[in-house]
Amino acid sequence: MYRHLMTGVAVAALLLGATGAFADQPKQGGSMIVTYKDDVSTLDPAIGYDWQNWSMIKSLYSRLMDYKPGTTELTPDLAESYSISSDGLTYTFKLRQGVKFHNGRVMTADDVAYSYNRAVDPKTQSPGQGFFKAIAGYDDMAAGKATSLSGVKVIDPNTIAITLSKPDATFLQVVALNFASVVAKEDVAQYGADYGHHPDGTGAFYVDHWTLGQELEFKRNPDYYVKGTPYLDEIDFKIGAEPLTALLQLQKGQVDILGDGIPPAKFLEVMNDPEQKKLVVQGAQLETSYLTMKTTMKPFDNVKVRQAVNMAINKDRIIKIINGRAVPATQPLPPGMPGYDKDFKGYAYDPAKAQELLKEANYDTSQSFDLYVYNTDPNPRIAQAIQQDLAAVGMKANIKSLDQANIIAAGGEPDQAPMIWSGGMGWIADFPDPSDFYGPILGCSSAVKGGWNWALYCNKTVEAEAAKADAMVAPDQQQARADLWKKIFTVDIMADAPWAPVFHEERYTMHTARIAGADNLFVDPVHIPVNYNAVYATDAQ
Amino acid sequence: MPLYIVRRLLQSLLILFGITVVTFILLYLLPADPVRQIAGRSATAATVESIRHQLGLDLPLYQQYGRYLWGLLHGDLGRSYLQKTDVATLIWSRLPATLLLMVGAIACELALGLTMGLFAALKRGSALDQGLMLISFVGVSAPQFVVGILLLYVFAVQLGWFPIGGYGHFSNLVLPALTLGFLGAGWYSRMMRSSMIDVLRQDYVRTARSKGLSRARVLFGHAVPNAILPIVAMIGIDIGVFMSGIVVVESVFGWPGIGQLAWQAIQRVDIPIIMGVTLISALAIVLGNLLADLVTPLIDPRIKLQ
Amino acid sequence: MTALEAGSAAPLSVWARLLRRPLAVAGLVVIVVTVLAAVLAPWITPYPPDQQFFDGLTIEGAPLPPNGQYLFGTDLLGRDLLSRLVFGAQTSLLIGVVANGIAVLIGATIGILAGYFRGFIGAVLMRFTDLMMAFPALLLAIVLAATFKPSLWIVALVIAMVNWVQIARVIFTETRSLAERDFVVAERSLGAGSGRILTRHILPHLVPTLLVYSTLGISTTVLLEATLSYLGVGVQPPTPSWGNIIFENQTYFSSAPWLVFIPGAAIIVLALAFNLVGDALRDVLDPTQQGHH
Repeated sequence: MYRHLMTGVAVAALLLGATGAFADQPKQGGSMIVTYKDDVSTLDPAIGYDWQNWSMIKSLYSRLMDYKPGTTELTPDLAESYSISSDGLTYTFKLRQGVKFHNGRVMTADDVAYSYNRAVDPKTQSPGQGFFKAIAGYDDMAAGKATSLSGVKVIDPNTIAITLSKPDATFLQVVALNFASVVAKEDVAQYGADYGHHPDGTGAFYVDHWTLGQELEFKRNPDYYVKGTPYLDEIDFKIGAEPLTALLQLQKGQVDILGDGIPPAKFLEVMNDPEQKKLVVQGAQLETSYLTMKTTMKPFDNVKVRQAVNMAINKDRIIKIINGRAVPATQPLPPGMPGYDKDFKGYAYDPAKAQELLKEANYDTSQSFDLYVYNTDPNPRIAQAIQQDLAAVGMKANIKSLDQANIIAAGGEPDQAPMIWSGGMGWIADFPDPSDFYGPILGCSSAVKGGWNWALYCNKTVEAEAAKADAMVAPDQQQARADLWKKIFTVDIMADAPWAPVFHEERYTMHTARIAGADNLFVDPVHIPVNYNAVYATDAQ
Repeated sequence: MPLYIVRRLLQSLLILFGITVVTFILLYLLPADPVRQIAGRSATAATVESIRHQLGLDLPLYQQYGRYLWGLLHGDLGRSYLQKTDVATLIWSRLPATLLLMVGAIACELALGLTMGLFAALKRGSALDQGLMLISFVGVSAPQFVVGILLLYVFAVQLGWFPIGGYGHFSNLVLPALTLGFLGAGWYSRMMRSSMIDVLRQDYVRTARSKGLSRARVLFGHAVPNAILPIVAMIGIDIGVFMSGIVVVESVFGWPGIGQLAWQAIQRVDIPIIMGVTLISALAIVLGNLLADLVTPLIDPRIKLQ
Repeated sequence: MTALEAGSAAPLSVWARLLRRPLAVAGLVVIVVTVLAAVLAPWITPYPPDQQFFDGLTIEGAPLPPNGQYLFGTDLLGRDLLSRLVFGAQTSLLIGVVANGIAVLIGATIGILAGYFRGFIGAVLMRFTDLMMAFPALLLAIVLAATFKPSLWIVALVIAMVNWVQIARVIFTETRSLAERDFVVAERSLGAGSGRILTRHILPHLVPTLLVYSTLGISTTVLLEATLSYLGVGVQPPTPSWGNIIFENQTYFSSAPWLVFIPGAAIIVLALAFNLVGDALRDVLDPTQQGHH
């Protein structure tokens, strides 16, 4: 996803104001209103992949594994327990008994197998298909040669075994992804292409009604297998709300959560008002915004030039332009991710040194190159700030402000988009693991036409190291694994400098005092804007 | 007359057909590849091609067009790549909002324009006349997004008389309708002014006065209705102007109509929606022009049919 | 619109008559001032338009309201609004004039060809014109701009593409009625070439209309450029245009309204000026005209 999806470990939730929730016991009942400007596109878990529907799907459906609320700690969810074979290839999950779909039917292992196969089936056109590639039989199914995954076996109605083609330390994270949610095949068959508007899962909430363009209503699932949750009886999503209007309504207590966040124009005003600041929870995201430089194109085929770019950017000024809503980035991984090195200094802002490097690289200051940027605010402004910084060291950048589709298309071409500002499409981890920050955006396999490795960076040594890290499956290897990734990102990749990491966005969630819960629920790494299952209403009867 | 109608209808049909062709070609030229967006960032090349094949995007251009046209004839406007919904459903669900906005705008522009034009004509040459005409010019010279933001800022943000955008109540309609209609008010006020001046010069007006009918009676009983008719006949043309205006006005006010839909679709290069909205807009324009063309000769027998 | 006999509008008296109308004079003054500002921009602006000042923003990154140092305040990147506004005049005028020029060229050519030659060519051209008229102009412009990745010239071209239709129709009607005049028919039967007839008899009569539409048209093109830039598909920053200044800063309109209303006022005043002058021209060149669309 391209925006504020947070999937992080050890969230640095800076408390900017307690909601007074700690002393209260959560009560059952009550409702909550969340505002959004855009309509929700689809609630089909195999297809939904944007920041808006991601956590809605999480609350409507369940998966074998999930995260403890407010954290990135994995815990069995639909599975009661699991075991891994000694060769690290087979994961056997024992399912909970008596879990019911919203339509009343009891869920079995067959449903799990069906859901996984559906996600990988080319006919579903699932954007998450590639995440399942570790499962044995994936290649055949993706190519259309098989109709089901050979590695997924139903042992009995309550047990399912999944075999991988090679050990993969990230597999349990994949199991917790939305794409691995369990769906009821009869509903898919009934609604066909329109299933996304008639979701039916085993989650804490179900969809009561959905008026396109106006309102989407969730109601509590009385048969939810985690007793005692969710606390809320009802969640109302009001669609079509302009962020400014929504803020005014929140200030008057008419709505509870701003789905789209605090409008930038009002941000300073809100944070400078002690009364309003109390209602805001600030937290980090597992996100990095960076400049990519195409290592196969002039002038960025020279590592000295790339390093110079890193030194030319004044990150503090850029963060000021976005009202301080970020922290400077020294490396590709965000704080909170295993493998993040908080002592790593990276490239300091040093325009003089940058110019030296450019001279050493015989940089031709008369040439110019294109800087691609997504055309929604504040990215064009940030691009202009970067342009000015580059000009100060003698590099001429021409800004090309385009829509996302065009940038994605150009980014994947070997001879286009020499420099891209990732803002608005900054990489946010699909799951809280460093390998997700490597494979799709810095790995050799994605350094192809149409891939997301816009720098077309491919370092075979690094690739081998990454594979080694991902083969470390055993629990006692995890620290070594994190250390290896740390080295890969800070020492190896930063030296090659295919990117210039600029900042990590912070997340600000504003809510009425009426809705309470631990602060980390309001900046939950996995649920955006809040963890729907775990927050509660203080005025419930 | 019936022959004229038939001919115009056929012409309109031809134009609509031509529009589908032109729009299709234009959108085909758009460089962005929607399949990459649909397939997501983790898709392999094989998956991308498979999706392309399923959507029929690997067929030659004329075949793709043929499929589209065939669907059109069955009321199927295609399926949005990004919203995973039928375009027809999306447009249908948003059309009422746009229609409401247009009705509001027509009401505003007529109320404002005709009144301004009337008074300008009655007080011809005076400062009031000059002032009203200046306002009309401003109406025609102001970009709708500026007017919209201005009204929003003054009346919604600062004074709080109206909600800041949104949809659902009459109060939400006022500002957007005013914005959309301000442009038309400028046109109508000038047209009304000259139309009134024309009518007031007519013999039958003087005759009626000399017969002793009160000024008011002559004015509102004879002059104004006659002045208004040729203007009102042209309302159909407004539809064309509106179709452009709604993109901006609905964006500024967050009005959930097809203008907003079109704008979002263009930003995300969601081709089926862009085509669908363009088609519906063109249909509306063609119908509007047809209406104006047919009504005008009925109202003003002096205007000959071409 | 009826064409005028060439003789009755001698250039000098047109000018004089124009200058007797206060609104037209006001419009002309505005145009002249804007043109001067645009031409002299590099010398009269207090700061370069692209320079982002660190102290152009508050500590928290908010833009500055009009003050002693920055007369019109600063924008969201700390750039001086006044300087950007003046340079923006360059962009708006340039595109307005060029786009309109192209539109008039295309429209007049099509109109003349269709109106004079009639027959099959004429019918095809006019049907094509009808077709283009049925497109919602803004949508078409947006799609074109998105297809061809905006640069200054592309924007001008796109605007021209959606604006030539009206002129084509008007010129078509006028040319057609001119072509049916007795002396034209007579010349033709005497074997005079089309080229000769067009240049000596038709074109001169079209000049007043072309003049009026050229002037009025600039108002339309300026507005369209502003709208396209406001929507983000027109002139791209950092090149300033009045429309894209509003585009860049609109999210802050509630806390920094000067960033929207000062450029907005500039757009209105310039478009108004061209409208007033064009309208006055139309009255002066043909007093029987009722002042319609």
